[in-house]
Formats: sequence, structure tokens, C-alpha cells
Amino acid sequence: MKTAQDIFNTLKEKFSDSIIELISSQPVESFITVNPLEINKVCLFLRDNEELLFDNLMNLSGVDDANGKTIPDGDSGTKIEGGTLSVYYHIESTKLKHKLTLKTSSSRENPEVVSVEQVWRHADWHEREAYDLFGINFLNHPDLRRILMPYDWEFGFPLRKDYKNPEFYQGMKVPN
Amino acid sequence: MGLLDKQFANESIVIAKVDDLLNWSRLSSLWQVGFGLACCAIEMMATSASHYDFDRFGVIPRPSPRQSDVIIISGTVTLKMAIRIKRLYEQMPDPKYVISMGSCSNSGGPYWEHGYHVLKGVDRVIPVDVYVPGCPPRPEALLEGLLKLQEKIRNHSSVKKSA
Repeated sequence: MKTAQDIFNTLKEKFSDSIIELISSQPVESFITVNPLEINKVCLFLRDNEELLFDNLMNLSGVDDANGKTIPDGDSGTKIEGGTLSVYYHIESTKLKHKLTLKTSSSRENPEVVSVEQVWRHADWHEREAYDLFGINFLNHPDLRRILMPYDWEFGFPLRKDYKNPEFYQGMKVPN
Repeated sequence: MGLLDKQFANESIVIAKVDDLLNWSRLSSLWQVGFGLACCAIEMMATSASHYDFDRFGVIPRPSPRQSDVIIISGTVTLKMAIRIKRLYEQMPDPKYVISMGSCSNSGGPYWEHGYHVLKGVDRVIPVDVYVPGCPPRPEALLEGLLKLQEKIRNHSSVKKSA
């Protein structure tokens, strides 16, 4: 059993630049923030290191931080400019019984995170979901297409805070 | 053997109106499309099972829309599914009937305001005969909906209307 602090120290030693910080000030379990373009290497290390053995990705979820500037979109609504979109990874070791949360943030305009599908196969559909609903682009993902929304959905990513629903989809009225 | 047993004085000839005969046969064997969507489908399956016994009204699930008379829209109709539902409905032979089961199918239900992916009522894509309220409706409510549909069929007239 290792604490988040122990794991952070190990990671910081191994990947000094990719590991950004350990955040313990939030009213949730502490988490480690990681560079989005290095996350796959960090995850591979976490899985294979004999003292860590994180063999299970429990969940992978996208988040719209909505920390940009809210500006009018010229059509009586608002949109968000700047800020970040994040991905959270909840991982555990079924052998060593410890858990860890990772976070990686990427810019809202060009959200790119390296896929961890090669590390944990079940990240495949989780990443497709985060792409589908937030538009996060997972680099090196083998099959990055929509998973829940229709394949021909061209009205954006529904869980972004500034998402606007279309009036019609394939001739069907969408709003109430 | 039921209502007709030993009711006839003369041999085996029965005189009935065409409408009555057709309507009686239609409403007595409403085969439904074997199709369920969400939690309402669980109630629909419970209605089909032995305790509520949908079969006593002649309702049995068919695995093909081409052999079915009624489709019960039992659950949340997403925009993605709405296109498939429309196709299923178009594949059913006439005369065909639709029962909309539960709040989601009636109006979008809890997804009315924020359901970006939900069609706000299946009647936006196919015509509905009977709406059954509830979230989800109990089997008794679905049975009541079926009786309403039978009543509607019973009062239908196949006679060509003169101008």
C-alpha cells in the first residue's frame, strides 16, 4: 500500500518534467497532475513498476473546467474562450490494493491527450466517450469515433458547458 | 367453451356486420413487436409474464415487425433510436397501432429540459394511438392502455365513406 505522496515522489524522481504537482488541498482524495503529452509513459510505468502495479483503470472521464472567459457569441448566447478541458484517470492495483487519481489538462481550443489504450485496453471505449461528449482528441487512439451520439452528429460535443443543441436533427425537432 | 358455446339455435350460421367481425378479429390478436427500450421494457416484460399474462388478450411478442400489429414504445427514445423506430414502424403491415408507454416516450419525461440526445415524444416521428402515463407505468396501467386500444379498434369503421 502506497500513499499518493509516496507515488508522487517516485514519479517525480523518474519523470521530473512530465509530473506537474500533487494536489491535496481539494476536499477529495489527492491527485497528481501530469503533462497530457507524456501521460502514456507515466501510465505504463505505473502499470509495470513492481512496487506500483496499477493493473486496473477503474474509470477515465472528461471534464469541462469552464475556466476560460465567457464572451457573447454574436447570436444572443455565450461561448467560452480559453481555459482547459481535463481528463481524470482513476486507477487501482488489484494486487497491492492501492488507488491513485491522475489528472491531465489540455487547452480548450486544441485539446490533445495521448491515449492510454496501449496501457489498459479498456481505455478504448472510455476515451471514445470522452471524445464523443467533450471533443478531447486522444492521440494514437486506434479507433477514435463517436460511441454514444450518432456517427453523423455534427453539432459539437454535448457536455461542453457552452454547447448549444441544434433545432433539427434528420428532420426531427430536438428542443422541447 | 366461452361465450359462444351453446348459444345458437340454428346449425352454425352467424350473421354479423363486417365491421364487427373484422374489428373483433383484429383486437383479439394484437401481436406486438418484440422491442423494448429502457426501464419501461422491464414492466412490459412483467406484463407479458405469467402473473399479468398479456397473452390472455392475444398479445404475444413477435421477433419481426413484418408479423406484428402493434408496437409498444417502452422507454426513452433517443435521437439515434428514433430513426430505427421509424424504420420498424414502416416495416409493419397495415393495420398497425402504436402504444406510447411511459413519460419518456410520451414527452421526453425527465429529459424534457436538458436531454440533448432525447426525442421529446415519440409522436414526433410516428403516430401514436394510446399514451400510457407513468414512470414507469405499472403493468396494470399498460393493460389499461391495451384495453383502450381495443376499444378504439372496436369502434373503427371499415366501410367506405360516401361523400
